[in-house]
Amino acid sequence: MEGLEGTLAELRDTFKSGRTRSVAWRKSQLRAMIEFVQDNEEEIFKVLGQDMGKHPVEAYRDEVGIVAKSARLSLSCVEKWMAPRKGNIPLAFFPASAEVMPEPFGVVLIMGSWNFPISLTLDPLIGAISAGNVVVLKPSELSPACSSFLAETIPQYLDHKSIKVIEGGIDVCEQLLQQNWDKIFFTGSQRVGRIVMTAAAQHLTPVTLELGGKSPAILDSSSNPANMKVIAKRIVAAKWGSCSGQACIAIDYMLVEEKFASYLIDLLEKTIKQFFGENPRESKSLCKILNKNNFKRLLDLLKDPLIRAAVVSGGSVNEETMYIEPTILLNPPLDSQIMTEEIFGPLLPIITLNNIHDSIEFISSRPKPLVIYAFTRDETFKKQILSKTSSGGVTFNDTLIQFACDSLPFGGVGQSGFGRYHGKYSFDTFSHEKAILQRRFFPELEPRYPPWNDFKFQFIKLLYAFNYIGLLLLLLGLKK
Amino acid sequence: MATEEEKQTVFDVEAANMLTKELRDVFASGKTRSYEWRISQLKSMIKMCDEHEEDIVDALHQDLSKPKLESIVYEITMLKNSCTLAIKELKQWMMPEKAKTSLLTFPSSAEIVPEPLGVVLIISAWNYPFLLSLDPLVGAIAAGNAMVLKPSEFSPATSSLLAKLLPEYLDISSIKVVEGAVSETSALLEQKWDKIFYTGNGIVGRIVMAAAAKHLTPVVLELGGKSPVVVDSGIDLQIATRRIIAGKWGCNNGQACVSPDYIITTKDCADKLVDSLKKELETFYGKNPLESKDLSRIVNSKHFSRLTKLLDEDKVSRKIVYGGERDEANLKICPTILVDVPCDSLIMKEEIFGPLLPILIVSKIEDSFDMINSGTKPLAAYLFTNNKKLKEQFVVSVSAGGVVINDIAMHLAIHTLPFGGVGESGTGSYHGKFSFDAFSHKKAVLYRSFMGDAALRYPPYTRGKLRLMKAFMTSNFWNILRALLGRS
Repeated sequence: MEGLEGTLAELRDTFKSGRTRSVAWRKSQLRAMIEFVQDNEEEIFKVLGQDMGKHPVEAYRDEVGIVAKSARLSLSCVEKWMAPRKGNIPLAFFPASAEVMPEPFGVVLIMGSWNFPISLTLDPLIGAISAGNVVVLKPSELSPACSSFLAETIPQYLDHKSIKVIEGGIDVCEQLLQQNWDKIFFTGSQRVGRIVMTAAAQHLTPVTLELGGKSPAILDSSSNPANMKVIAKRIVAAKWGSCSGQACIAIDYMLVEEKFASYLIDLLEKTIKQFFGENPRESKSLCKILNKNNFKRLLDLLKDPLIRAAVVSGGSVNEETMYIEPTILLNPPLDSQIMTEEIFGPLLPIITLNNIHDSIEFISSRPKPLVIYAFTRDETFKKQILSKTSSGGVTFNDTLIQFACDSLPFGGVGQSGFGRYHGKYSFDTFSHEKAILQRRFFPELEPRYPPWNDFKFQFIKLLYAFNYIGLLLLLLGLKK
Repeated sequence: MATEEEKQTVFDVEAANMLTKELRDVFASGKTRSYEWRISQLKSMIKMCDEHEEDIVDALHQDLSKPKLESIVYEITMLKNSCTLAIKELKQWMMPEKAKTSLLTFPSSAEIVPEPLGVVLIISAWNYPFLLSLDPLVGAIAAGNAMVLKPSEFSPATSSLLAKLLPEYLDISSIKVVEGAVSETSALLEQKWDKIFYTGNGIVGRIVMAAAAKHLTPVVLELGGKSPVVVDSGIDLQIATRRIIAGKWGCNNGQACVSPDYIITTKDCADKLVDSLKKELETFYGKNPLESKDLSRIVNSKHFSRLTKLLDEDKVSRKIVYGGERDEANLKICPTILVDVPCDSLIMKEEIFGPLLPILIVSKIEDSFDMINSGTKPLAAYLFTNNKKLKEQFVVSVSAGGVVINDIAMHLAIHTLPFGGVGESGTGSYHGKFSFDAFSHKKAVLYRSFMGDAALRYPPYTRGKLRLMKAFMTSNFWNILRALLGRS
């Protein structure tokens, strides 16, 4: 793909010209981004409907709205974010000034995902632009309508000399990954995350990996019964109400006390009916399964007779329409695939425990998830969850909404990834924080230089230890 | 005390596996997470420095012929400062940070909670073998991790000393030292770590990152590069020269990641600069610098050969204007200055990491910026000038890990400045609180309640909900009101 080398060379030249570094350029692009989503809202709804069967409400909530909000925030804050931050200097180094100045990395690669094909490409893009970089955007080929739309429409709004959209499949990704980027931002699976980081290692390219994992939801029976209806809504919304469970922050599985299980299942079933009607297959509020591969993968999770036996609600499928009914399972075997792999689909295992506090051990003995949800009023339990488990983030008494909170860093830890974004964190993730120390010629400290003698030795030792009293005594001839 | 037999046990992949498993169990017990544990380790480290200062100085002298002053000030004192700062500020560092919340998530409260990553690997370098092993350790301890330290095998006396002292002063169950070379390092790199902190060169840096990729382990890579010094006219040349010398030869004889690698200056400056350098070098190190006790030696014969090869390249050897002498038996090379070496010479292609200082000439001082930016991004970039505009331009347009105006290397000692590279010079940073952050995960926590649950969030989705959703997400109060009244 010689075109690629040429494209990159062009981007490098653009970056070198300094064009993307001015406040004016960054703001103009952010404004253009806002215009882009506003002007093309209906079209975006259309392509999301085509690729994912996403309803406009979901499409707005999780995609258009997120992008518009990010762009607006960055527009109002970018100048502030760009400003150098002063640092304190020990007296020993006076006179001097120290500051940290953010600067763009240069030429960055953003690889988007198929489940939120608009927001997971454009939200990082906003960060890259705010930080002053030039960008190659690689939307996922698994959401082709969105990918095409971005490829066609972005150049109409954004500076095409600095921001390029490159479409394609695995072979294009491979070629992209061989290039020398100044930063790679990847959203996707752990398997591909490894490939991306291994490729990045060849060029020492820093990476942010937004991956996934099995995000659990703990439901404590201390939760007020009056709130159970809302809790059930939030659980159902976090499983089937966002891309039909095909989301990194979807609830993967639930942990409840044994005595609670049947009550919960009952409540969930009622809520599912409330949300999706008697026949969820006909609901326009339920996204579809992405494609045959994913459908087959999910079917395989249900294949095993032990798993089938654990299905307590739903479970029907239609291979022609690639439809899987919202399905709840009760205590599938813990070593089964459905309990060891990220589900990423409309199947919800519920695991019962004798005591809800056992959920801490359950979760911490497994790979670190992107998020832990916990419904509880027990303040001690909350503290224990925070201190004894590790995850990208924790949300108490709700689901999904942490994604919309700009002041919280969004990212994983361990197998769920590293690096973070949203709000100012997006700006930071695409910036190098350059340390700057300014010194003066006067005054000059003679004892800094060889040839060494005892006095100089003492002087420097005391100076670097910030022992000012000792230094004074030395200078007054009172210290040996 | 290990017996001869035990010492000779090979540290292979299986041993590395068992070691990490042991550390995981210790970490899981929560031992390293208490404030008390962290403080006790940091205090012990200071005690260790105080009680074994002589031993440390000796080891550094054995490994590098490092002058006592450099060992005490640039290794031991710097480390003690790190510990002292961490002890002073740890409570604050460990506290959750409140985060603002917006109308969108109202009512809610949010905070960011630092937690240790878990079990971390620190791989150190040979040039500041004491500091570069223990300074990252300070960060890992402060953040509450369990850890393995792998000191460099190229500074064997210091490596041995660390292997002996750390178990005596620090918690041997959570802080392990593994000595060895390539095979031991490879065995360690096959394990799953929660973080790897590596100081060294770009070649091994790539190997470390590729190994980390297999387990999705985040890394900090403190590498190097060719740190340039731009010398402008109209400055106090004597002061600038002395600072350059102190930063170059006065820091491990040029074997430092932030060492001034080469100088760029204009023609009329160059001659005066060379004269000044010669004069000050003689003041500092005498007429026979090969015999000066104030200069480290070259670390080993491999590097000695590498450096002499740089000097002996045809197009370069005749550019020597000062120095060039060497003493192979004692692994010493004289402070050497070269002028106007060709840009495609070996000495200008790789990081020198030794006592050779090429000076390149440009017609306008501003041309130096392009020259620097045409190469890979260095760890540090230096400028000596009184010209305010030049300073501003330099700071904005030269990309490097860190930039220092009118001095050399001092930014390392300032804990409010992050120390790390960019591009080929590395990724991540540390020092001060940045060390704590480097070994922490900042967990995002959102607390919500059940008040005011908005039906518009949930299916079944309708166009009416869409209007409301838009209003909420633009956080525009009036829009929200209008939408609620069914009017937008």
